Amino acid sequence: MVSFLKTVIKAIPVGLSVTFKNIFRKPTTLEYPEVKPDLSPQYRGLHYLARYDNGEERCVCCGLCAAACPADCIYMEPYENERGERKARIYIINEIRCIFCGYCEEACPEEAIFLGKEFEFSKYEIPDFIYSKEMLLGNFDRIEMERRKKLGMEFIRKTRFDFRMPTPSIGDSESSIEK
Amino acid sequence: MDNLETKPIGPSDQKLMEINMGPQHPATHGVLRLVLQLDGETVIKCTPVIGYLHTGIEKTMENKTYLQALTCTDRIDYLGPMLNNFAYSLAVEKLFELDVPPKAQWARICLAELTRLNSHLVWLGTHALDIGAMTMFFYTFREREVLLKLFEDCSGQRMMTSYIIPGGLYYDLPPDFDKSIRIILETFPSRIDEYEDLLTNNQIWINRTKGVGVISPEDAIGYGLTGPTLRGSGVNYDVRKANPYSGYEKFDFEVPLGSNCDCYDRYLCRVAELRQSLRIIRQAIDGLPDGPFRSENRKFVLPPKFDVFTSMEAMIHHFKLVAHGMIPPAKGEAYVPIESGKGELGFYIVSDGTKKPYRVKVRPPCFINLAAIHKMVEGRLIADVIAVIGSIDIVLGEVDR
Repeated sequence: MVSFLKTVIKAIPVGLSVTFKNIFRKPTTLEYPEVKPDLSPQYRGLHYLARYDNGEERCVCCGLCAAACPADCIYMEPYENERGERKARIYIINEIRCIFCGYCEEACPEEAIFLGKEFEFSKYEIPDFIYSKEMLLGNFDRIEMERRKKLGMEFIRKTRFDFRMPTPSIGDSESSIEK
Repeated sequence: MDNLETKPIGPSDQKLMEINMGPQHPATHGVLRLVLQLDGETVIKCTPVIGYLHTGIEKTMENKTYLQALTCTDRIDYLGPMLNNFAYSLAVEKLFELDVPPKAQWARICLAELTRLNSHLVWLGTHALDIGAMTMFFYTFREREVLLKLFEDCSGQRMMTSYIIPGGLYYDLPPDFDKSIRIILETFPSRIDEYEDLLTNNQIWINRTKGVGVISPEDAIGYGLTGPTLRGSGVNYDVRKANPYSGYEKFDFEVPLGSNCDCYDRYLCRVAELRQSLRIIRQAIDGLPDGPFRSENRKFVLPPKFDVFTSMEAMIHHFKLVAHGMIPPAKGEAYVPIESGKGELGFYIVSDGTKKPYRVKVRPPCFINLAAIHKMVEGRLIADVIAVIGSIDIVLGEVDR
């Protein structure tokens, strides 16, 4: 009986006051498909392969990303192009195996591979998740296009590494990305 | 109902029923299966059956280089990823005799305590949810979101952080790290008060947890329990105090102890630990020194990205380390225990002098704490089993590995 009275007189009003206080707090949930979450600049999402300003790919197929990858999801084969430069003939990332740890971008000595902010890339077929070089470069082009639309936007990876080589600058109209 | 396996056991006058609780039961925190022998509603015997989430993480780690194996540690106890990173990194640092710069050490303690907060908040939410206080779950997960956002700012991932690496931190701390922590330090104490308002004097909560799941201090020590599960029984053992690592001896904090050895005391212990964690975070952020975030030892630790592009030597080390992995100076073994959210967590690493560890053994707190569950539930009602599972704070990813 005493415990019952304690409950009625003390515990229930105290508990309800907490619930009442929380009615007026700002909700933390988002209406997701309409409202996108605010991702931090460090976010590790879908990969992309970066290009130089003239539209050429940066990757030289050195294999360090494949060596660093804990999930063994990167495969590549090199070739020599007409100018005698080493480039990737085949560059595949299996995005299902990938654990998005970011070791590949840490390993890359050419600032070629990055993890972007994209996280909505679900597909119906498993083979569709095996990203070829063209798809990965396409990811970069898409990001770059978007970035040009909103002038003044920082390059995605700027905050993480202090790069030596400047990443493609914004107002470059001669770039072959549009071609 | 085939899976209920109703069958009489023992003499015909004593009708016992054997039922499975789990592995799909939502209150078993994943895929724990408890085989209960019931007499009416009283539990006569309780046998935990584990292994439904076994992924062979220890074996996987043995097939990866030391840095790659770090990513597996996130997935052991997925509610406290930084603590796992921390324990693994400490063991590897002992093996490689690596130094850690002071900034990294202080930041690690700060992040480890934040992870403890994260782990305890999930525990509090789910434990209360299991017992019937559903609102707690939303409140604690709201606060956890703040922490996960901070982890994302630091490492780029909310849960699989891989942030604390052997030799320091993976990236530098974000520029607004200090500010985010100050906000957490400001808001969290009042939120913890709210949790206590909801639960500590709540008669339903007290009825469900007080006197439930009693384990005596002798038994607790005998079964090798650690963490709040042990301290709820009044045994003063905290690895941070007993065997300080990474500079914990410089911090001023208390180890909350229980006295009644039951679920309610374990709850009080953990809530008090939330406050103590905030206290440690405050000291760590106040004293956070400046300097490099990674060891300068180029033989074992990746040089910062800027150096790779500006210095030839760093570039060579970078290629060597990424392509060949960290090769330990000598054969040997290392074990460093830390206090994780659940108890003593340690990685025992044996090296044969190659780039991959010869053996990695995890000393998981949950697995060992779970082994004492029969002591706590036998003779109690079936509803108390849920309260006990919650109060041990198990993560099946760590139990099964």
